[in-house]
Amino acid sequence: MEGSVAYENDLHLKATELRLGLPGTDEREEHAVSNVRNNKRPLQEGGANGKSDSQNETAPPAKAQIVGWPPIRSYRKNNFQSKKNESEGPGIYVKVSMDGAPYLRKIDLKVYTGYRELLQALENMFKFTIGEYSEREGYKGSDYAPTYEDKDGDWMLVGDVPWEMFITSCKRLRIMKGSEARGLGCGV
Amino acid sequence: MFWGNRKTLKMNYFPDEVLEHVFDFISSHKDRNSVSLVCKSWYKIERYSRQRVFIGNCYSISPERLIARFPGLKSLTLKGMPHFADFNLVPHDWGGFVYPWIKALAKSRIGLEELRLKRMVVSDESLELLSKSFLNFKSLVLVSCEGFTTDGLAAIAANCRFLRELDLQENEVDDHRGHWLSSFPESCTSLVSLNFACLKGEINLGAIERLVARSPNLKSLRLNRAVPFDTLQKLLMQAPQLVDLGTGNFVHDPSSEAYNKLKSAIQRCKSIRSLSGFLEVAPHCMSAIYPICANLTFLNLSYAPGLHGNDLTKLIQHCRKLQRLWILDCIGDKGLGVVASTCKELQELRVFPSDLIGAGNAAVTEEGLVHISAGCPKLNSLLYFCQQMTNAALITVAKNCPNFIRFRLCILDPQKPDPVTNQALDEGFGAIVQSCKGLKRLSLSGLLTDQVFLYIGMYAEQLEMLSIAFAGDSDKGMLYVLNGCKKLRKLEIRDCPFGNEALLEDVGKYETMRSLWMSSCEVTLGGCKTLAEKMPSLSVEIINEIEQMEFSLDDMQKVEKMYLYRTLVGHRKDAPEFVWIL
Repeated sequence: MEGSVAYENDLHLKATELRLGLPGTDEREEHAVSNVRNNKRPLQEGGANGKSDSQNETAPPAKAQIVGWPPIRSYRKNNFQSKKNESEGPGIYVKVSMDGAPYLRKIDLKVYTGYRELLQALENMFKFTIGEYSEREGYKGSDYAPTYEDKDGDWMLVGDVPWEMFITSCKRLRIMKGSEARGLGCGV
Repeated sequence: MFWGNRKTLKMNYFPDEVLEHVFDFISSHKDRNSVSLVCKSWYKIERYSRQRVFIGNCYSISPERLIARFPGLKSLTLKGMPHFADFNLVPHDWGGFVYPWIKALAKSRIGLEELRLKRMVVSDESLELLSKSFLNFKSLVLVSCEGFTTDGLAAIAANCRFLRELDLQENEVDDHRGHWLSSFPESCTSLVSLNFACLKGEINLGAIERLVARSPNLKSLRLNRAVPFDTLQKLLMQAPQLVDLGTGNFVHDPSSEAYNKLKSAIQRCKSIRSLSGFLEVAPHCMSAIYPICANLTFLNLSYAPGLHGNDLTKLIQHCRKLQRLWILDCIGDKGLGVVASTCKELQELRVFPSDLIGAGNAAVTEEGLVHISAGCPKLNSLLYFCQQMTNAALITVAKNCPNFIRFRLCILDPQKPDPVTNQALDEGFGAIVQSCKGLKRLSLSGLLTDQVFLYIGMYAEQLEMLSIAFAGDSDKGMLYVLNGCKKLRKLEIRDCPFGNEALLEDVGKYETMRSLWMSSCEVTLGGCKTLAEKMPSLSVEIINEIEQMEFSLDDMQKVEKMYLYRTLVGHRKDAPEFVWIL
């Protein structure tokens, strides 16, 4: 289960990986998950087998295919995988749409340290200006308001919650324009 | 004639009550067991006075026999599935059901007060029956169990009027998000320990606040991820007497008022010695706990994502009294160096891998372990997942730390040799067993030949549990261990070239052990059958992973998974279809 998911994530690495061996051959790749007998080696050659195995085999994903290895409680494994996707991983990419723009963009929220940077990046990306943020009135002084969809599916104004909380709950961004945007700023 | 009389006089001189009082001072299970073997009269006195029983394998004895022998039973500990079940090597539904035990105890006159279960299947039905059957029930501890939902917990909360302890460690619980916490009645004020960190769902924040407020004896509180930062602050205000704290969500804005409130709340908690949780955390948040670090003896950051080397070392530098540390390998070798120079009282260290897909990012190597061994001479328990290990490092560690009781090393790449010499790690582990005369538990990894088992057989005289994976060359390896380790109780082997010859050489040995697990080895069905025939006191189970319609009865066929254990009650009746008991 976890093994195959991890393997898929790494597929794009395999294409560029340097290995000994003919293209199209991949020693440990297709072994059935529970069939790890082939990993045992007779070791008459005193350690050489072990070494050559690791020389031929530079693809780390094969390890993920061994059932029950590394020996970590499944509770811990499951817990960790989901958290890794959430908060560490290779970045938190979210779609950004701008009302009236022909196509969407994608940004990595992890790259920014706070709202100021994020908003500046959005301004650059879409060539517009966001107004001043205030808790009372939202973004005033502009036709635009940055909003995001949170975990519950609600559309929220960017900037209300602490940054860390924002990046873990933000699913996508939308820059609203015009009357809709101004409507957000007024006490609902 | 006279001599005879005087001897019997001595034995029977003390009335039963006196002996019973003497036995009260004997708490260790092993000692109690020995006492009961001295003579019939001692057996009788011991069994009436025994209150705590530990059963390491729930299938080794029946609840009826337990109840018959120990009518005064108050505390029962039961373990179900074999250890390798933790790593998905045992199919679900294999067994280990607690219901028959609770049912039998409920029918009897036993006044059960404490139940501690590990790796068992616990249904909501069992929890409900438990909660209604024992008036004085005080303590429920579930470790690595499954099969229940928050409904079962609600029954425990609602019905156990004098509940002191509800401790859920790493269980897979189906969270119905019901208001189980609200099921604790207003009259319940007896809680001493509450741990629900493993629950995944939302909880009623008001309910937990009120519960903590009315529990003046609460010493241990471990929250789940759903408990936010400002609730934590409120709970700490209500419970400054806490000794053990597990935080839930620990994310906050350092400029916020909540942060300041928490800081002052924490400073009032002068008794906290044990800290865990941080299930959601951002690096800058950790400074809030610096005030209590100086007195910490246990710190568990192994579930805290996103804390890297520097964050961790900054924190640990405040923890000079630490005795037990559980951490992720993001701390790095350098970070372990900081631990070594700061935590001079360290006895137990667990370093877990943060990279589980094996992309080669494990951040600790033999260097970190060597630093620790040099700086922490009191170290006696180790669990270490690392990128690589060398013989030289292990030899150094063995020299620096001769007091190991538990030594579990996991090199993430199976069969990896010493990267410097390309040799097997036989000499390194050999040094460990030779130096650590009190070693009770050992887990091996890396490239290993039969030689390491020769060393283990020769030197590991106190060894009780041994875990082996991808090691050895021939049956000799397993034989060295079986012949040499006189105190061996649990042996678990996977993916090793050990076969029938090793298995069958000394069948009587298994009666002196609790259990043997062998998977993906060379033992055949025929070998297992022979063993089962020769030893009726053992239960030899063959576990078939895949539904094999035509399960071949060919004796020459290798057995994928075999689990055998000694038992006084014959073959269990609750085995599922995929388990064949020979």
